[in-house]
Amino acid sequence: MSIPRYWREIKYRYRLIGSVCENCGSVLFPRKNICIRCGSRELGEMNLSEKGRVVSYTVVRNPPKEYEKYAPYIVALIELEDGVRILSQVVDCDLAEMQIGMEVEMTFRRIREDGSSGIIEYGYKFRPVIGE
Amino acid sequence: MRDVAVLGVGCTKVGEHWECSLKDLFVEASLKALADSGVEGVDALYVSNMASGLLQRQEHLGAVMADALGISEIPAVRVEAASASGGVAFHEGVKAVASGMNDLVLVGGVEKMTDILPPEVASTVIMSEDQEYTAYTGITYAGLCALLKRLYMGRFDVKPEEIAMISVVGHENAASNPYAQYPFKTSVERVLSSPMEADPIHLLECAGIGDGAAAVVLGPAEEAEIFSRPLVVVSASTVATDTLSLTEREDILTLRAVRSAAQRAYDIAKLTPRDIDVLEVHDEVSILGVLSLEDLGFAEKGEGAGLVAGGGVSLKGVIPTTTFGGLKARGNPLGATGLYQIAELTWQLRGEAGKNQVEGAGVGLAQNMGGIGSTCAVNILRREDL
Repeated sequence: MSIPRYWREIKYRYRLIGSVCENCGSVLFPRKNICIRCGSRELGEMNLSEKGRVVSYTVVRNPPKEYEKYAPYIVALIELEDGVRILSQVVDCDLAEMQIGMEVEMTFRRIREDGSSGIIEYGYKFRPVIGE
Repeated sequence: MRDVAVLGVGCTKVGEHWECSLKDLFVEASLKALADSGVEGVDALYVSNMASGLLQRQEHLGAVMADALGISEIPAVRVEAASASGGVAFHEGVKAVASGMNDLVLVGGVEKMTDILPPEVASTVIMSEDQEYTAYTGITYAGLCALLKRLYMGRFDVKPEEIAMISVVGHENAASNPYAQYPFKTSVERVLSSPMEADPIHLLECAGIGDGAAAVVLGPAEEAEIFSRPLVVVSASTVATDTLSLTEREDILTLRAVRSAAQRAYDIAKLTPRDIDVLEVHDEVSILGVLSLEDLGFAEKGEGAGLVAGGGVSLKGVIPTTTFGGLKARGNPLGATGLYQIAELTWQLRGEAGKNQVEGAGVGLAQNMGGIGSTCAVNILRREDL
């Protein structure tokens, strides 16, 4: 992983920033140059909601390279409160507790490491919302 | 535009070909296709391949494979659309002949997946998805399919047994296919007791890791020599795309590229799903085969699993599907897969499918996807004399 490639996504991954279409109002994630709903090129940035609900989920048992030490881990399709859907690992949660509709919130975690001397990559993961 | 004929087909067995290089596999399939066609030379070469850059650190496959075949001074180009590379390369070859730009075209697909270790293969296969926001989560291809399967079972009240049956049908047909990677029968019980790959997807619901190559020779139908066997012609060839990410789709369980490519293909061929006698679907993971049956028009949304479980896709069913084993059991050497489908349909339409023959097959459809339906190629072939 080259450092610029990681660095240029930092803002979006650390703070969950997506695009908002100034023409049709669609909120899009990941960020876009052109709106996939209306074709407009007038897009601004928007902080997405950091809370949402699980729409579907899986447990990755045979992971890709650089993710081996985390396996098995849960990856969920999450619908955020502003309607945007996002894919993310769900952590701090036993598989037995996972269920569709579960409320989750964003948290900041280590994602992977580029060998023993490369950069350590961070980003969002989600975790269950603990009682009000 | 001219009618295009499939003049010859050939393939290697799918498997762990430790002794063969990427070039060896490509040459074997190509020479078989050329011999089958009776054609001596071609004036264009398309090479379909998904990931030789990562798997072999080899790019520039157009020139690499032309050279390996002892050909030079013709256009030779690689086509890449993840695991739809084969179906899309076929589409490009058809366009070249139909337009009159070329007369005889060799379309060959190859992938050699066993040169690297399984975690690296998982990293390679997920390259069909966005690297910054999908692959970054650590999800695998089977994992994405698992999200779909869980949603599907919940929304339509479908049981795992019904979906697992598509793997059983594939293995049943692979058992009599000499080119299949896994030529043995299995059962719903064995599929559902195999280890979890990505819950709720079991290992035996997923295509394996294998090496293979398949090739076809295309030419103008009007000039095709009359052989002792029926001539196979292309009725329609279409390609469509959808959002790269599942998260951006209006309905996550609808494969819009499949619907779109299929509808255009039916319109061009002036056919409906009822006219299709034999079908190859992209069953890379069980649920993808089920969703494809629906979006190709062979079942209503939510009823694909019922069609499979009721025996509808078996060799003697209403729509015989994955008749040589499909991706699951014949095997899925990524970039070559779509051309295996074309070779298999050609054998069916010529009446050369042996124990796997669908009686009286006159029209066949092959559906080949890249990613989770981010690219879909639909190719419809027919016997010219019908």
